[in-house]
Amino acid sequence: MNETLKTRALTAYVIVANVAGNLMLSHGMRVVGTLSAFEPASYLHAFANPFVIAGVCVLASWMVGNLGLLSRADLSYVLPVTSSSYVLIALLGHFVLGEAISAGRWAGILTIAAGVMVVGGTAPRTTPEPPPELHHGAYQ
Amino acid sequence: MKWILVAIIALCNTLGDVCNTAGMKRWGELHEFSPAAIGRMVLAILRNPLVLAGLAAMAVAFGALLKLFSIANVSFAVPATAASYLLETLLAKYILKEHVGWQRWAGAAMVALGVALLSL
Repeated sequence: MNETLKTRALTAYVIVANVAGNLMLSHGMRVVGTLSAFEPASYLHAFANPFVIAGVCVLASWMVGNLGLLSRADLSYVLPVTSSSYVLIALLGHFVLGEAISAGRWAGILTIAAGVMVVGGTAPRTTPEPPPELHHGAYQ
Repeated sequence: MKWILVAIIALCNTLGDVCNTAGMKRWGELHEFSPAAIGRMVLAILRNPLVLAGLAAMAVAFGALLKLFSIANVSFAVPATAASYLLETLLAKYILKEHVGWQRWAGAAMVALGVALLSL
């Protein structure tokens, strides 16, 4: 696999893990109810919910994937491109959960998608490549 | 309270992203996506002060986000985080020394506008 393709594959993983983790966590927190900063027990109670646990695990894998991606690509590339998670969440809400999408939200979805395509057309990395000995995983 | 949480989320996420990017670039590059290479990366992160600082900032943002989810609609947090796209692009250019051309600026501005529009 060439290097740009590897970066794109990792980018896709980061986007999907972000969407899946946030949907699980948001669903779990809605079941758990309001948290109070002055009641640490309410946070412990939240972590007894399976959706919260699964969401936290998926978001942990998102975090590791995102750090791996930031080792390969620019922040000014990663940030706009991974914002397609907003588009995915809105489309999932519409087509899976049947949520209505207003004209303003459709405009937002299309504007983000266009921004993702504009940045997606640039080379992912513009800072100097690390020396070969810092290509972790390449020579083991 | 809502806006204080939104400000904490935006600032801590920005700080976290910049520290994480600087720390990961200093470490090198995840070249193969094998479990062994990813495992070694995770161990290296635990000894990387910049990334640890970045993760601490993100943990603060995450705690504030959990709190915000429980007292406000998810869509409430969205418009305020839009501005952080431009702030982070600016820091990427001047602190991380990335080559931010017109496509990156245009894309970041479109994403920020789009994210703000999402709340309508």
